[in-house]
Amino acid sequence: MLFNRFFRGLSHTSAWLVLTILFAIIIVLFHYSKSAIGDFGFFHFITNSKWIVGNDGNGGNFGGLIPILGTFLSSLIAMVFAIPIAMGIAIFLTEIAPEFLKAPVGIAVELLAAIPSIIYGMWGLFYFGPLLQSWFGGQSNSLLTAGVVLGIMVIPFMAALSRDAMNTTPSVLVESAYSMGATRYEVIKDIVFPFAKKGIIGSVILSLGRALGETMAVAFLIGGVFRFPDSLTSATISIPVLIANNFGEAGNLQLSAMFYMALILFIISFFTITIAKFYFLRKTD
Amino acid sequence: MNRLLLNKIVITLSTLAALMGISFLLWILVTLSIRGYHSIDWHIFTTDLVNNGLRNVIIGQFILAGIATVIGVPVGMMAGIYLREYGINSKFAMIVRNLSDVMMSAPSIVIGIFVYGIFVVPFGGFNGWAGVIALAILMIPIVVSTTDSMLSLVPQELREAGIALGASKAQVIYKIVLSAAKIGLITGVLLAFARVIGETAPLLFTSANNNFFSFGLSNQYPSLTVSIYHLALFPSQTSQNLAWAGSAILTLLVLFINLITRFIFKPRKQK
Repeated sequence: MLFNRFFRGLSHTSAWLVLTILFAIIIVLFHYSKSAIGDFGFFHFITNSKWIVGNDGNGGNFGGLIPILGTFLSSLIAMVFAIPIAMGIAIFLTEIAPEFLKAPVGIAVELLAAIPSIIYGMWGLFYFGPLLQSWFGGQSNSLLTAGVVLGIMVIPFMAALSRDAMNTTPSVLVESAYSMGATRYEVIKDIVFPFAKKGIIGSVILSLGRALGETMAVAFLIGGVFRFPDSLTSATISIPVLIANNFGEAGNLQLSAMFYMALILFIISFFTITIAKFYFLRKTD
Repeated sequence: MNRLLLNKIVITLSTLAALMGISFLLWILVTLSIRGYHSIDWHIFTTDLVNNGLRNVIIGQFILAGIATVIGVPVGMMAGIYLREYGINSKFAMIVRNLSDVMMSAPSIVIGIFVYGIFVVPFGGFNGWAGVIALAILMIPIVVSTTDSMLSLVPQELREAGIALGASKAQVIYKIVLSAAKIGLITGVLLAFARVIGETAPLLFTSANNNFFSFGLSNQYPSLTVSIYHLALFPSQTSQNLAWAGSAILTLLVLFINLITRFIFKPRKQK
């Protein structure tokens, strides 16, 4: 009986630990951002486009506008690129592919999701970026390259979730539509899409959440320059890249400003994911 | 517009989308194979980063991810057991389940600098343990979620049969439920391992990197992914080749683990 109580206690503690980690993340990020929050406030920080290290290496003038903009713009490009392709794949996998193709295509898509993000970064840096540059001009490491590669990275994730949502359409509905003489397109448009709408929107928002927080691929590809992007093909920076590039050698206040950026990123992605999961992808179990 | 024509157009477009997705996968894999083939030789596996080899960083990456698994899996699995076997639909269990789900998608760089705040600053420098903790934190929610869903597939009758025979709740879980869900759980652990072994962002400011062979987790620790990042951005053909070799090895490993879970264990279809 002692083992019984011990086992229950241990598993209860582990469940608490999960909550504790989450709260600890918020508290620690807040703790280290305090001096930046004190110096710059909130609205001033997010509307300030400067990131200047002070002469002594410790002070400076730091604002989050450019990285916040870079994060949103690159994620937006990713969504514009990913949504049509991911939806196409999901439709292909649920309604079009013959049985013998469903499994291999499904596996290929899931393997694409398993490739570490640093690999996408390498590929984009040495192959895809220069290709985009040769098509559109500008710089090879740019908002466009980062956004499109980010899009390629979230396609499998978005496609898999949308496919699962579309698969929940009752086959009775689909079959009765076919028996009425509907074409595949009409079945998809009038039966599958309306039925799976919530799940599909949820999958898009969840992918957006991923794109917002992605670090390594973007670190290779966005250029990492602290300035406004004047076109799609110019270099800029995003929040995770700012942290990845400058964290190591940062002085006190800059370090605090970076924790502040991380806190903002964490809150943005927390809300994005929460909305997707609890409004659109509510589990029914 | 002719509805049959419209239908054809949509079917063609979706098929093209699927082809495009697969061609990206092929493009990346072909690139990795060619670059990997030209840059991988025995020298890489027998020398350390300081002599343009990858031995220390590959082993380092395995050790980091391995210890993270040893820490993260028991915690995640016990928490998952609590959610499915004790809490079930209680308010506390629902909160933990949902927040753990949200944590699973949290940006990994944020986890990295959180661990920097609690394990690097207080100990005065980058250290291997901080990297291990960061990877373990990333792993826990994944394991919680797979445990939770795998245990939910175990039929309720098995539990009832165990209790009817006089087994305690812990015995039922330990001897019946876990062994019934064994294959699913192993699959989940392997996938979680594959996920963290390819992580870079959480290691950048925790374990950082080390050019030399090291078993001491209290110092900066060698890491394959962090090495790839630094090598790729270094303007020299030798280091970029080394980065490609590392990328090919890493991808091969991650895809191999993924394929193993798919073909050897053949998880039963969840309905």
